[in-house]
Amino acid sequence: MTALTQFLTRRRFNGRVDITDVLTYAYLIFGTCLMFGPVLWLVMSSFKTEAALSKFPPTLLPFSQRSVVVEGYAEPLPLFLVTLEDGTQMEMAQVRRVGIEAQMVDLQNPSEIIKVNINQRSEINELTFAWNNYTQPLRMFDFVTYLRNSVLVTVLATILTLIVNSMAAFALSKYQFRGRNFIFVVIISTLMIPISVILVPVYLVITNLNMNNTLWGVIIPGAATPTGVFLLRQYMLTIPDELIDSARIDGSSEWRIYWQIILPLARPALAVLTIFSVMWRWNDFLWPLIVLSKQELFTLQVGLNAFQGELNIQWHFILAMTVLTLLPITVVFAFLQRFITTGIATTGMK
Amino acid sequence: MSQIGSSRKFQMDRMNPFHTISTWLSFPFIWLTKLFLNAIGIVLDRIQGWIGVDRMGYVFVLPNLLIFGTFVLFPMLLNFYYAFTGGTNIFLDDRPFVGVDNFKILLDCADYLNPNTCQEDLFWRSFYNTFGFVIYQVIATVIFSLITAMALNQKIILRGFFRSVFFYPVLLSPVVVGLIWKWILQRRGVLNAILIAFGIEAIEFTTNADWMRFWVIFISTWAQMGFYTLILLAGLQSIPSELYEAGQMDGAGKLDSFRKITLPLLMPTMFVVLVLSLIRAVQVFDQVFVLTGGGPGTATHYMVQYIYRTAFSNQARFFGLAAAASVVLGVILFAFTMFQLWLGQRSEAA
Repeated sequence: MTALTQFLTRRRFNGRVDITDVLTYAYLIFGTCLMFGPVLWLVMSSFKTEAALSKFPPTLLPFSQRSVVVEGYAEPLPLFLVTLEDGTQMEMAQVRRVGIEAQMVDLQNPSEIIKVNINQRSEINELTFAWNNYTQPLRMFDFVTYLRNSVLVTVLATILTLIVNSMAAFALSKYQFRGRNFIFVVIISTLMIPISVILVPVYLVITNLNMNNTLWGVIIPGAATPTGVFLLRQYMLTIPDELIDSARIDGSSEWRIYWQIILPLARPALAVLTIFSVMWRWNDFLWPLIVLSKQELFTLQVGLNAFQGELNIQWHFILAMTVLTLLPITVVFAFLQRFITTGIATTGMK
Repeated sequence: MSQIGSSRKFQMDRMNPFHTISTWLSFPFIWLTKLFLNAIGIVLDRIQGWIGVDRMGYVFVLPNLLIFGTFVLFPMLLNFYYAFTGGTNIFLDDRPFVGVDNFKILLDCADYLNPNTCQEDLFWRSFYNTFGFVIYQVIATVIFSLITAMALNQKIILRGFFRSVFFYPVLLSPVVVGLIWKWILQRRGVLNAILIAFGIEAIEFTTNADWMRFWVIFISTWAQMGFYTLILLAGLQSIPSELYEAGQMDGAGKLDSFRKITLPLLMPTMFVVLVLSLIRAVQVFDQVFVLTGGGPGTATHYMVQYIYRTAFSNQARFFGLAAAASVVLGVILFAFTMFQLWLGQRSEAA
């Protein structure tokens, strides 16, 4: 009998399903919930109305209570499903609630107030998306300004980083000049020095250059990334020198060689650096927080932090703005995820 | 066939008004870029005429070096000077030289194990908080990235999807990460709703020091482990499968092949992950700053926040003290970097 079952199971699963497979899938599915769940919860919550957000326990989908305009009342009244004494159910609007008793009106007969125990009524909810959460901050706060600042910083800083780093990488990989190795070693040795260690002196430099409270003060200091120089140099080393030599024989100037031969050939490495730079700059927080103290210069990250620090946290706006902040990076990731993951796996850097 | 297809596509592009407009709009940009590059080219060609081809390397490396020198190298040296000056003015002329006073203030403790006995007790609290955070967070990160990488290295369906899911939080900005979890952990948040649904009493996470310490470690691991998972996955995939096949033939079980093949060969990658996550963990600041602001009390107040607070967010700006604390942090980071280099050399020699 055991031999038979063994025989059957072996044929059925072809000997491939065992405990490790089950554990693997269980872990991955659990992990997916844990990794993606919080973001999903954020997105769901961002569509809820202020009233729905304050409800506890919260609902998964953005339900909010239906309300109706009743004759004789200025404000729309919330709708409830009331179970009457005889067991029948009917929809009623609540005028006000006093303790455990609710004063309600029948929609057909709005003049008569019926007193109902609050345990006998339940809310009538409907799926509503509170787009207001998204549209209102656009008008009420400087959200558009923050967005513009963030886009400006990200785009300009990335362009600057690409140009400056690729020029340096070109020099360090294709020229023989005195001090080349020294420069390279100095740059590489600062790979592990984060800006958090030199906050004070960089702030002095910024102040001396009158870049305090300007977007340039955010853009320029981080442009000469050691990571970028290293990444591009390693890639450019693989470009054969013969190409450059023959271009020189054809009379090309060094600048032409740089931007018409080297840059197009280094495109994969440039793509990786572009993605990194966009990620760094869009998500940057500590340095902009120090440089920018005028509200009209805030980037999204700094602006979001300022909102959530306010005494009366307006979660319905903050959640929506958080979603808008993570949206661009998510879209970039969705399209370029293969680039990003292989880029990181091969360079081991972020 | 393909020619027909491409010509039809071409015609459709021509007919698409948006495409036409964007083409026409992009012309000025391309033209401007070319003009800009040519203008630089004219200048650089002139320089090339003066100094010759061989010295052009200096010209190419110069812009990067200027930015790097001004905003990284010079500040690094300046930081030491700051650490020996006092006062609250950023400009060096108005800063009195105070010798090692700043370090004395930082390191003045009756009992180093008890922050209450220290003159600058917040520094020591931050130091011990960081120490505890680093130990737990690094261990958690290494263990969970290893498990995830091993799971993703199996022959599974939807591997690309799972890999992306685990990586996705890495892309989120620290502010977004902080806000997402603040929303989840709040008193009337979804986590407490889940606890209640399982019949457990709700917990006031945000006001409980131990719980917040746990959550800060959890969230940092959540946000970063995808990055290290990718590195470990690349390491796992570089282990030749012949080794496992040979092991199987010799009768090695899954546990044996993990202990005898996977672990030893993955060690170099594990060290990279260990050191990178160590260096990241020592600098913990932004998502915690958004989530807890350092609280409750000073339970999640870390060293970078101490530097930020001392130099930039206090009423009196003690730049010298902050710079001295930066030097301490820099020494710690330097030690870890040296540790990594030493390990790297040792594993190369082995």
